[in-house]
Amino acid sequence: MKPAPFAYRPAPSVAGALDVLATEDAVALAGGQSLIPLLNFRLARPEVLVDLNPLTELDHLEISQGSLRIGALTRQATLQRSPAVAAGWPLLTEAVSHVGHAAIRNRGTVGGSVAHADPAAELPVALAALDARFHLRSGSGERTLSASELFRGPMTTALETGELLVEIEVPPAAPGVRMAFLEHARTHGDFAVAGAAVVVVPGERAAIALLGAAPVPVRASAAERAFLEGADGAEVARLAGADVGDRYRRALLTTLTRRALERVLA
Amino acid sequence: MRVSIVINGRAYEDEVEDRTLLSDFIRHQAGLTGTHVGCEHGVCGACTVQLDGEPVRSCLMLAVQANARSLRTVEGLAGPDGELSALQRAFTEHHALQCGFCTAGFLMAADALLRRRPGALTETEIREELAGNLCRCTGYEGIVAAVRAAAAETGG
Repeated sequence: MKPAPFAYRPAPSVAGALDVLATEDAVALAGGQSLIPLLNFRLARPEVLVDLNPLTELDHLEISQGSLRIGALTRQATLQRSPAVAAGWPLLTEAVSHVGHAAIRNRGTVGGSVAHADPAAELPVALAALDARFHLRSGSGERTLSASELFRGPMTTALETGELLVEIEVPPAAPGVRMAFLEHARTHGDFAVAGAAVVVVPGERAAIALLGAAPVPVRASAAERAFLEGADGAEVARLAGADVGDRYRRALLTTLTRRALERVLA
Repeated sequence: MRVSIVINGRAYEDEVEDRTLLSDFIRHQAGLTGTHVGCEHGVCGACTVQLDGEPVRSCLMLAVQANARSLRTVEGLAGPDGELSALQRAFTEHHALQCGFCTAGFLMAADALLRRRPGALTETEIREELAGNLCRCTGYEGIVAAVRAAAAETGG
């Protein structure tokens, strides 16, 4: 199997990559674990492929002033094996363990998962629950978006031509915070049909993000409010699934949310 | 573009198209046909090789991306005199292969696991790590048994 012909350009710098992305029919290649299958099937036929892998400045994972800063090129395996992430943001450790398989996570990147915006992807949902901020850069400057601003539809983000996701910033974990990520897939390692990411500080804060409720990560705001007002887990879970039209997905999302709440409150 | 890729300690230098997949370079240009190509979209795991010691899908990388990098394929597992590694012997002893199409991928994934987590492995750990490789013959029981045996042997 061969992709359609393209010109391969290793990125000399972030600025150099942005220049090619802005001026040519070019696609950015990160880990390639979604893009290369699309090329192999010829579902994507860009003229130019800009390889971001030489940009080691985008491959970093650090804690700065309590926030977790994830360079867009950080491998999923690096996120999964980070003790600092497991200690402060265990939701990410759990969510990333569901991404593909070990060999996929060795190449696949966190930024790639976000920019690809697959509706079944775990990391966008986990990051939405954690109120992550997405730093984008283009030739004309930088901007920062929230998950609800970034994710626009299936495989569609607010990233514009010539713009690159460079870093993801996860705010400091609040004292006493509890988190859980649960999903349902038909077979182990397959794309998830539904999932729930729950981040709570009892009495203070609740974030419930759903995978499979819509083509983008969805925050279940009515369920979050009910949780803060003291509703029990079953009622919060019912509200989380209430707006989902498909009965099977609604049942899955309700059950997954309830189980995630049981885990964080146990 | 001209690339030089080190595979099993030897440099293979050749001209490749930008679109040449690493899996095709390994088989067609380096002539190392032990690496098998199954689905060519990252699902089956047959083409798994090690890049800097970690398992990756060679069908999901371009040959140009491996320029000046170091790979290990199934041909690199046995000793220079052809003596099988402990893992390869365990695969034979535990009937971990039948047709053999998936075997190279399983060996490269399992070999990396044994190096990263030396010592006895639980069945869950082994199954979790090998979940990205498909086998249509064995039902996986023999493969898991072989990796467990190799882990016990090599980990002392």
